[in-house]
Amino acid sequence: MNYKFYRSLYRIRRVEEEISRVYPLDKIKSPVHLSIGQEAVSVGVCEALQPRDIVFGTYRSHAFYLAKGGDLKRMIAELYGKITGVARGKGGSMHLIDRAHGVMGASAVVGTTIANAVGFAYALSYQEKSSIVVSFFGDGAVDEGVFHESMNFASLKKLPIIFICENNSYAIHTHLSQRHANPNIWERVRSYGIPAQRIDGNNIFKIYKQVSAAVKTLRSGEAGPFFFECMTYRWKEHVGPGDDFNLGYRTEEERAPWVKNDQLKRVASLIDPKKRQKIENQVEEEIKEAFEFAESSPFPKDFELYNDVFKKSK
Amino acid sequence: MKRKLSYVDAIREATEQEMKRDKSVIVFGLDVDDPKAIQGTTRGLVKKFGQIRVFGTPLSEEAMTGAAVGMALAGLRPIHVHIRMDFMMLAMNQIINVAAKSHYMYGGQVYLPMVIRSMIGKSWGQGAQHSQGLYSFFMHVPGLKVVAPTTPYDAKGCLIAAIRDNNPVIFVEHRMLHFQKGVVPRKQYVVPQGKARITAKGKDVTLVGISHMQLECLRAKVYLESVGISAEVIDPIWLSPLDIDTISKSVAKTGRLIVVDNDWINCGAGSQIVADVTERLQGKREIRVHRMGYAPVTCPPTPTLEKLFYPDGPKIAAAAYKLVKGKDNWLPSEQDNLRDIEFKGPF
Repeated sequence: MNYKFYRSLYRIRRVEEEISRVYPLDKIKSPVHLSIGQEAVSVGVCEALQPRDIVFGTYRSHAFYLAKGGDLKRMIAELYGKITGVARGKGGSMHLIDRAHGVMGASAVVGTTIANAVGFAYALSYQEKSSIVVSFFGDGAVDEGVFHESMNFASLKKLPIIFICENNSYAIHTHLSQRHANPNIWERVRSYGIPAQRIDGNNIFKIYKQVSAAVKTLRSGEAGPFFFECMTYRWKEHVGPGDDFNLGYRTEEERAPWVKNDQLKRVASLIDPKKRQKIENQVEEEIKEAFEFAESSPFPKDFELYNDVFKKSK
Repeated sequence: MKRKLSYVDAIREATEQEMKRDKSVIVFGLDVDDPKAIQGTTRGLVKKFGQIRVFGTPLSEEAMTGAAVGMALAGLRPIHVHIRMDFMMLAMNQIINVAAKSHYMYGGQVYLPMVIRSMIGKSWGQGAQHSQGLYSFFMHVPGLKVVAPTTPYDAKGCLIAAIRDNNPVIFVEHRMLHFQKGVVPRKQYVVPQGKARITAKGKDVTLVGISHMQLECLRAKVYLESVGISAEVIDPIWLSPLDIDTISKSVAKTGRLIVVDNDWINCGAGSQIVADVTERLQGKREIRVHRMGYAPVTCPPTPTLEKLFYPDGPKIAAAAYKLVKGKDNWLPSEQDNLRDIEFKGPF
């Protein structure tokens, strides 16, 4: 398991570092919201899932997309605005999707996909399928009315869904303590009748263990939903590849313990160095290929502007 | 003898037949399963199809619309019902930012077959927040279809077309139209998208009436006959896609166009139709145009002011008379046989 964790964590980290590296070249024509520092949540959760399971996410989309198995080449091509992108250059970084791997999309408007995930889970119950749905969102989404409406409905209908709140404490630059009267999100969610708990320390092993238990329960046909508030921290600025400590809304001292507790380094220390090197080499090669693929792919032709406004009906 | 049904029963029959035909069709919304069953449009569906396919919801308009999106992504064909259109404002994020855009924004990977039914209220003090015809909001956004059928025949055929469509369709009903009766075939049929209907032939002026205003236009035609003016009346039925061909052709013949909207005039469907027709015909044919709609105020519940708020048959006839004769000196008095069937509230 540690090797799988490491491969996924390393892959997400290095993809985003590479995005940061090429960003100043202005080849990526898309606002990027990097997950560096938060990868453990996506990896811990998605490793507990099966390929047939479904995930919905947010504009901070790279980590959950890759962790769930989303196609890397087509993701980078999407960031480059190329026709070979997952959304043919019409989605960008904030709207990644890969149906074949159960990634059902991401929204720029905070909280939006929670309701979509709930509806998908309702459909799965009706269709009597054994797949389950995971809805990723940040603490900012908890500010939105749709979050509370969705919790209530998912609990009312006992849906096969797991809610993952990635609590990184900030909605853009505003701290949770300035937004919530009660900072314990998990505690408030329990009032909807949903088993909810907080997982501290960005701890990939705890996240994996607890989510796996929830998955097992849902897979056995028992009622959902489940809720996990995963405490984590965004290392980079809200949007873009840089740091933002110059803005003064947070300090490097605040980040320091999270960097020290880097789950990538933690897992690296637990595996055989030779095997680790092999994984890293493979991932580096894959990333190189993905960026070359994006570079060499063509932009959409002019006629694509009018494609896919409506789906043809039979 | 051709079978007659009410608008309500036409909606109910279309829903039931489509649910029987296609297991992926499901219906939900506040009170779809209560004894009143959305004026009767969902009556008996729970019994026939069960509570998982027909269910009442918490109000939660945004989450329920978002859930419809999720169900459509999973392969269902949801019908989400709002008792009043005004409540759709709480779901705008899901409709505009998600439903309208997903097919395009995800490069064609997904599509959303879903129907949102809603009703516009009128009379008996419906007032500020129960009487708005807000369909122009949705006509504005690429990726949405909008339909506002007037007759029971079109209600059934348009709802079936909407359910079978692979895109989000905003289905607009008018509460006063629910009382209308008309010939409705038993079999399933679709009323084609983007095709207007000429509901009365004429040669002097073209009257386009949207939703309930279609009835008022047909009444105006009767008043105009008494002064020797022949009005052609058109029901656009589908507002998006909109059939400008049929309307332009009529205006090319009559030279005069009045669009009567069931909405305010500014930036409304009526404004769009006038602009489209003008673009088509300018330089080819001299035309005169006029727009009518709600008074530019909030709808008042008191009956005396409410009467002034809406266009009606006599007012439309007077406007047409002015357009044809150039004189502003005729307003027919309202005839009892040319009024809406009165109903007692509260709903």
